[in-house]
Amino acid sequence: MSRWITEEDIENLAVGAALLGTGGGGDPYLGKLMVQKCIRENGPIELIDPNQLSDQDTVIPVSMMGAPTIMTEKIPNGDESLKSLRLMEKQSGVKANATMPVECGGLNSTIPFVVASKAGIPVVDADGMGRAFPELQMETFHIHGVSASPTALHDERGNAVFLEAQDSPMIEHIARGVAVRMGGVAHAAMYKMTGKEVKDTSIHNTMSLCIDLGKAIRETQITKQNPIEVIKHVTKNSIYGEAIVLFEGKVTDVERKSTDGFVRGKATVSGLKSFIGKTLQVDFQNENLCAQIDGKVVAMVPDLITFLDSETGLPITTEGMKYGFRVICIGIPTPPIMRSDKAIEVWGPRYFGYDMDYVEIEKIHDKEESHV
Amino acid sequence: MYKIGIDVGGTNTDAVVLDKQNHVIAEVKSSTTEDVESGIYQALEKILEVSQVDPKDIDTVMLGTTHATNAIIERSRLTKIACVRICLPAGTAVEPMFTWDESLKKAAGDTYYFVHGGCETDGRPLAGEHLDYQECADILSKIKESDVQSLAVTAVFSPVLDTYEKEFQKIAYDVLGEEFPVTISSEIGSMGLLERENSAALNAALVNVAKAVSDGLEQSLLKYGINARIYFAQNDGTLMEMEHAKKYPILTIGSGPTNSIRGAAELSGLKDCIICDIGGTTTDIGILVNGFPRESSVAVTIGGVKTNFRMPDIVSIGIGGGSIVRFDDGNVTVGPDSVGYRITEDAIAFGGDVLTATDCLLATGRVHIEHPNINLDRLKTIPQSVLDQAVSTITAQVEMAIDKIKTSAGSVPVVLVGGGSILIPGDIEGASEVIRPKHAGCANALGAAIAQVSGDIDKMYSMAGVSREKVLQQASKEAKDKAIAGGALAETVEIIDLEVLPMAYVTSEFVRIKAKAAGKMNI
Repeated sequence: MSRWITEEDIENLAVGAALLGTGGGGDPYLGKLMVQKCIRENGPIELIDPNQLSDQDTVIPVSMMGAPTIMTEKIPNGDESLKSLRLMEKQSGVKANATMPVECGGLNSTIPFVVASKAGIPVVDADGMGRAFPELQMETFHIHGVSASPTALHDERGNAVFLEAQDSPMIEHIARGVAVRMGGVAHAAMYKMTGKEVKDTSIHNTMSLCIDLGKAIRETQITKQNPIEVIKHVTKNSIYGEAIVLFEGKVTDVERKSTDGFVRGKATVSGLKSFIGKTLQVDFQNENLCAQIDGKVVAMVPDLITFLDSETGLPITTEGMKYGFRVICIGIPTPPIMRSDKAIEVWGPRYFGYDMDYVEIEKIHDKEESHV
Repeated sequence: MYKIGIDVGGTNTDAVVLDKQNHVIAEVKSSTTEDVESGIYQALEKILEVSQVDPKDIDTVMLGTTHATNAIIERSRLTKIACVRICLPAGTAVEPMFTWDESLKKAAGDTYYFVHGGCETDGRPLAGEHLDYQECADILSKIKESDVQSLAVTAVFSPVLDTYEKEFQKIAYDVLGEEFPVTISSEIGSMGLLERENSAALNAALVNVAKAVSDGLEQSLLKYGINARIYFAQNDGTLMEMEHAKKYPILTIGSGPTNSIRGAAELSGLKDCIICDIGGTTTDIGILVNGFPRESSVAVTIGGVKTNFRMPDIVSIGIGGGSIVRFDDGNVTVGPDSVGYRITEDAIAFGGDVLTATDCLLATGRVHIEHPNINLDRLKTIPQSVLDQAVSTITAQVEMAIDKIKTSAGSVPVVLVGGGSILIPGDIEGASEVIRPKHAGCANALGAAIAQVSGDIDKMYSMAGVSREKVLQQASKEAKDKAIAGGALAETVEIIDLEVLPMAYVTSEFVRIKAKAAGKMNI
């Protein structure tokens, strides 16, 4: 049941990953070009279902960590993550049968395809966040007992670090510092797993969901269908729940400030159409965290909160939000694996400093509906 | 003394003569020609005749032109180039011109080289403190033997440190001679290597186009006995000297809408307002902040190539005087298609059989047009409800576009210019007032004539051990120095834009600062 990924699929993946990336994950433009070049040279890339792995297979996920903005200036050579994967293989005495992404979002959904193309191995159709999150211990792998240690890191000049640490949060802490010394970006291989661990701990089929979502949204530009209906249809038939329209309106303010190496802030949207007279506020820390309408919470992490351009349905990143944009804010219920007690501890509202318990988006919404 | 502003647009080449106080003495319109140059001659000849100004009294000529844009879009008259990327040991994942289509590669070439050098975001060298002379000379020898006639040089983080690009330029002059055109990216674009490299490459491909226009303009001025300083209008509402424009023709791209915004603002006397230019097919809406057009923050695509240019933020909608009005089941739509320049034949009021936006406005009796063919009786068959709906749709669409470009929710004055401005006879929601200035037809040429001299920077700064104020002061000073070096009068130079951008995911002390200074021309 392998799917062979073409240049066109990558265009779609970039759009879908930006949608599941909930405003974060950086500009996917460079990542898209890198994969398209690989496909031009080596042909389509194999994407396999997690269930195609045998329990004994070795899977080594790859990603970049650091500032995506730096990568748009200091372009990599394209083989850095592959080198990290090779270093991991050498140090661990194993051979990767496949690679996979650690998150859905701009650059990090595309980098595994570059590595797969160069190494001649498939990409597993899954990831460890089901969206984008700012820190690397925010992974279902970590939550279900797979350690981020050891981690291999490379820069463009061939400098490498093989890092072993007590646990995943400590890997995040030290690797973040290494990334700064490497010039702001490090190319990583981490969370080495067996095929069984991938099957048990990852969020399945998120890459093909990104491609399908991207394709469906891009096609509406030709068919003139309502992109929101199309998104609802695709999400309804996935492990996620059906997308819910949280709000529609016009951006009236975007406040951003940089603290502790993150961009934090909030976007304010004034309601239009059926939301006239209401105000939406969405807080973000690189990614969108919590949405409130007139002070009432309507969605929160880890459920997905994404802004779409109200005309085209294309996702808008946190950096791209500007006054005057007409937007639709949607929420997508996350799959059960992202809502376990342990998972909520790692990426629920309390971790991000909110004094409230996690409530599923569809529960909040149902309650709203019954009031009406 | 007088000055002349010329604007070469898609349809018309306009010219204005201004006195020292920027009062319009005369304005003319003539057709844009295929070679562009002869259209400029005709406009010059006409304006001298109409204004009766002695050519000797003209000391400055400003030109806003679409030469460069057209050459790229048409893939014609481009020069064969080579791209040099100073990036090794990084930077090879996606090669220069990777995204260019075959037609552009055929017209401008697709030769490229990678060279050791460039730096990290904090200025630490990627390879060495200096370029390897021999490595560069070997590449340049190959270029010398090829058909390449112009070079584009881009180094990693050159907006932070431009020395690698400058060193390469010097070595290129050694090997290829001082006359060989070498474009360095840090003088054109900002952060984002691929987009900046594209801008530099397009610029390198335009050097012959720029030379042809400059030479043509110089010769025609000579012919009419005008001995003036020549400036070209830039996309950011400021001017550059002709010598600079010859080197950086890419900077003229987008000057059309910018000139229209600034010209309209001058006519209205405002520094902060929204400009609404209603033409025959589209309405272009821009915003003036502190006397300058606000720039777009999204990447600008020119002829299919992604660049990171400074371009005015323009919202365009398909509403104009010739917009076609349709009604079906009580549903009325206006545009986006238009009868365009055929309005005087096709529109119902003029004797045609297409219902246009102009017809609907005429039928309301709120506007009036002097034209021999107009007969309002022809409009009597159109149901009143259709006319009313069309008029309210036009206003609503323009209002929505105006709202989209606003920076804050408060009311702002709106200046209406362009031949189609009769479409909005009344008030505009969200506008504190609606201004319809005189001479609205020559706003573009006037905009070129009144443009200012500027300097700007877009760089990463280290905040380690330095106060924020110090860093901002340093950035402001660099921008002001650049404006003065570009010909601005020192005492008039002020900072017109200063922006500090944080960088996500880095735990270090870097900030990105964009600053722009501008001032009156030093005459």
